[in-house]
Amino acid sequence: MEKQKFTDRFSTVFADQNFFKKQKRIALKNCGLIDPENIDDYIFANGYTALATVLSEMTPEDVIKSVKDSGLRGRGGAGFPTGIKWESTAKQVNDEKFVVCNADEGDPGAFMDRSVIEGDPHAIVEGMAIGAYAIGAKKGVVYLRAEYPLAIKRLQKAIEDARKANFLGKNILGSSFSFDMEIRLGAGAFVCGEETALMNSIEGKRGMPRTRPPFPSVSGLFDKPTLLNNVETWANISSIIVNGAEWFSSIGVGKSKGTKVFALAGKITNTGLAEIPMGMTLREIIYDVGGGIPNGKKFKAVQTGGPSGGCLTESMLDTTIDYESLTKAGSIMGSGGMIVIDEDACMVNIAKFFLEFTQSESCGKCVPCREGIKRMLEILTRITDGEGQTGDIEKLEELGNMIKKASLCGLGQSAPNPVLSTIKNFREEYEDHVNNKRCKCVVCEKLITYTINDKCIGCSACRRSCPVGAIAGLPKEKHTIHEDLCIKCGKCFRSCKFHAIDKTSIAKEQK
Amino acid sequence: MSTIKVFINDKEYTVESDITIMQACDAIGIKIPRLCYHPKLAISSGCRICIVEVEGMRNFVASCSYPVNEGMKIHTNTDEIRKARKDILELILDNHPKDCNACVRDEVCELQQLASTIGLRERKFEGVKREKYVDDSSPSIVNNHEKCILCGRCVKVCAQIQNISAIDYANRGFNTVIVPAFNDKIANSICTLCGQCVNVCPTAALTEKNYTQDVFKILNDKTKIKVAQVAPSVRVAIGEAFGIPAGSNMEREIAHALKLLGFDYVFDSQFSADLTIMEEANEFLERLNGKGKLPMITSCSSGWMKAMEQFHPDLIDNVSTCKSPMSMMSSVVKSYFADKIGKKSTDIINVAIMCCVAKKYEAQRPELAMEDGAHATDYVITTRELAWMIKSAGIDFKNLKGQDFDAPLGLSTGAATIFGVTGGVMEAAIRTAYELATNKPLENIDITSVRGNEGIKEGSIEINGQEIRVAVASGLGNAHKLLEAAKKDPNKYHFIEIMACPGGCIGGGGQPYAGIRDLPFDPKLVNERAKALYKADELNKIRRSHENPAIIKLYEDFLGKPLGEKSHKYLHTHYKQKFPKGIIRKSKEK
Repeated sequence: MEKQKFTDRFSTVFADQNFFKKQKRIALKNCGLIDPENIDDYIFANGYTALATVLSEMTPEDVIKSVKDSGLRGRGGAGFPTGIKWESTAKQVNDEKFVVCNADEGDPGAFMDRSVIEGDPHAIVEGMAIGAYAIGAKKGVVYLRAEYPLAIKRLQKAIEDARKANFLGKNILGSSFSFDMEIRLGAGAFVCGEETALMNSIEGKRGMPRTRPPFPSVSGLFDKPTLLNNVETWANISSIIVNGAEWFSSIGVGKSKGTKVFALAGKITNTGLAEIPMGMTLREIIYDVGGGIPNGKKFKAVQTGGPSGGCLTESMLDTTIDYESLTKAGSIMGSGGMIVIDEDACMVNIAKFFLEFTQSESCGKCVPCREGIKRMLEILTRITDGEGQTGDIEKLEELGNMIKKASLCGLGQSAPNPVLSTIKNFREEYEDHVNNKRCKCVVCEKLITYTINDKCIGCSACRRSCPVGAIAGLPKEKHTIHEDLCIKCGKCFRSCKFHAIDKTSIAKEQK
Repeated sequence: MSTIKVFINDKEYTVESDITIMQACDAIGIKIPRLCYHPKLAISSGCRICIVEVEGMRNFVASCSYPVNEGMKIHTNTDEIRKARKDILELILDNHPKDCNACVRDEVCELQQLASTIGLRERKFEGVKREKYVDDSSPSIVNNHEKCILCGRCVKVCAQIQNISAIDYANRGFNTVIVPAFNDKIANSICTLCGQCVNVCPTAALTEKNYTQDVFKILNDKTKIKVAQVAPSVRVAIGEAFGIPAGSNMEREIAHALKLLGFDYVFDSQFSADLTIMEEANEFLERLNGKGKLPMITSCSSGWMKAMEQFHPDLIDNVSTCKSPMSMMSSVVKSYFADKIGKKSTDIINVAIMCCVAKKYEAQRPELAMEDGAHATDYVITTRELAWMIKSAGIDFKNLKGQDFDAPLGLSTGAATIFGVTGGVMEAAIRTAYELATNKPLENIDITSVRGNEGIKEGSIEINGQEIRVAVASGLGNAHKLLEAAKKDPNKYHFIEIMACPGGCIGGGGQPYAGIRDLPFDPKLVNERAKALYKADELNKIRRSHENPAIIKLYEDFLGKPLGEKSHKYLHTHYKQKFPKGIIRKSKEK
């Protein structure tokens, strides 16, 4: 490809100055710039240089040292130091070892992994080949969700092209190192993003987590030592090799080095992926990169870390984005979901939404997660339905804390986070629901009251739209809603052209 | 063995270095409450009841799987841990029926015992429960989803010990259930009905199909002759259900109790075990002389028979055509014995007391029916069911005087007694085959190479200068292993004994549940039962089946000779390949 064409493409993609100014792209460095289906594009963009360097100049120990020195930590959520994982897998003596890429991205609204694989599939191939060289594996598996057909197609092509170019296969680039990889498709279970469940799934078993120890580095896929990293982690490897560990560790803050890709979603102007250096504050990412809250609404909370992360409030906006600070603030880094919530949202309802997701995705193996999250969801549902009882909030806390500490895998251990963090930061909203049967934000359906005000001209549109005949009134006279009959479907509210219907939530004792 | 120091509840202990926290605590006398854990099965850490606190760890740790390490500080009974355990137990109970008093496992329920240990005193989180669903399609095993707590022991025993994998988890989260493949019924599945899942189930989610009410009803029917027969391994296990130490031989008490229950005749399946040996030993000698396929494989175990028809149809010609001792007895009772007392076979109700749940299925096999189409064995009840019937009828089992089995079908030899333990059928058959073939007494009657609790055993004996190589497997997982080896080298063995349950019938799926705080399916327990059977063999004056005078008389009066015409009619059967869901019928075989 000609250089001019390359830069042209660069300028169109990166024209949005505000969005990109504060970003730092490492994992996404090629996404949108190169033709992902063309291996030459990747090579032109310095691709496979790292693999060539590793094979010709570095011992496996050098590679591991480099990854360790870079300070890279797992981008899948837990943030375990990548180099240490590599080192302990390399230490195992076994004829057969595996490298695995976790591409079972399941967080609702998150598509970091998908973008990397669709936009730069060779980065994964190269990263895994380097990892395999470092730990002494000959075989790699990418566990990719079947719902990403384009990613599957592109990665498959990348693997085939890499094979043809001898970046995969026997005696790669003339060295004594041989390595090949294949794709295994996940069938859509969220829990299969958990590393041990993922390995069970690859083995053809039900995707249920295994007990740890033994850790995958000792006994993983098919009971062999296995190095498992997330897509984004693998995508960082070649850059670390090419630019050096020192360069990588100069980016970021504290124990969190490099960058992190976030999927900005919710009530934010610029939704989409943003890769930012660690250490940026939440305020910067939301207001500078994300462009703030649309429609002049006020910021209320930000949920980081996907469905099992926590909700952080306005007062925490100056928290820096790194593993330790987010955990300290009561949330997690997770795999990089970031959902911004504005003043219109009811936090109890938000917590219920996330819990509905984790509840239905629990694998059913361990009791706290399988039974406990169900009970938490029942209590939350009861609260949002206006049937909350005194003590319900305390029950949520008791169950939530127990489930966090007693569950078998990361899914259960983090599932109560949205509830616990919203109780911690928005307790008054919970109490309002329980004690006053009121949803201040007028979101919880069963706590809403529809009334007709004086703007009513008696056009009867609402009366005709009501499916249960709860609205009465003579033509050209003010109509009324019979509250006992109203099923709170909201049809009248939507049908009225005169703003004559009020949607309110009134405290019990004021009724 | 290297050791390390750990701190358990602030006290220092020296423990083995490569064990789990649970094992370390067991060793010092602290039994951490547990539920899904079983020492014979892979550890899944699913129930989370056995959690403990380890200093420095953010979360609780499942003690069943977490290894100890030097200087580890473990707390098993802090307020927080006790509260968490209570919450977890409540979560289990909240999704479990509250009808303990109306449950077959009342008093012998592990979940009930766990609740009393943990001391749950209030319920806080109750909500919806899992859907009611009872699969009673099979004549042997009932799966009641409502009572299932998803501990997964049944799944593991089926896959890891029996190598069948008839059941597994289906669906996710709160909707998870344990079902046969394709969410189908047990009767349509590859389940061999061995009942090991029932043995390890902590609740009444998996139970035998209970026929006690039918049997009580029949006992009150004055128009019928009620005949009972008792399997060898029942007598050395039933005591456990009454708090009598494991390995006590209760045969005289059982005979007495059955009479008190109202049976007219109480016979001994050991008699028909002797009869089986007469037929089987002769069949073996025939095959050895070129009439039929070798190796010959035993056919006593009903679970194994179903497994064979499903998974090893290529071995149908290798399997002995002998019916099981239970079915032989039932046939003889409804023919020979009926004639003898001047009754029709339809006047007689045969009730078999077995250690086995697969026998319930065997009893209903159409090929084992009498000439009129009626089942030879009318009811099969397990050791557990009999124990309950005895209790329910108010019989003071512990203090019974005891009495002998009725003549003539109650007399048996030591060879028949050891049918109840793995290797026993082989040993009994060798004793008879050797002497029938050589006309010389067998010098060492104890054939120890086929004894012991190893899953697969081998031995050999010389008969008329020919080395006869035999092999024994118990547990279907071991059976598969042995048979694969035998298929690879068809000349490797002459005679193979297979028992579906680990340890043989003494480890059967119908044996008493473990007592309070004991382990189900405990190898120690099975050993005690085995010892009692070998002791009874030793004490018997007659230890060879062909020397049983009642057997000799049966042949004189009725059957003629082994493998004769009448034998074939009443004592032998045939097998047919089976295609439950999941076994693919190849077009050729249609």
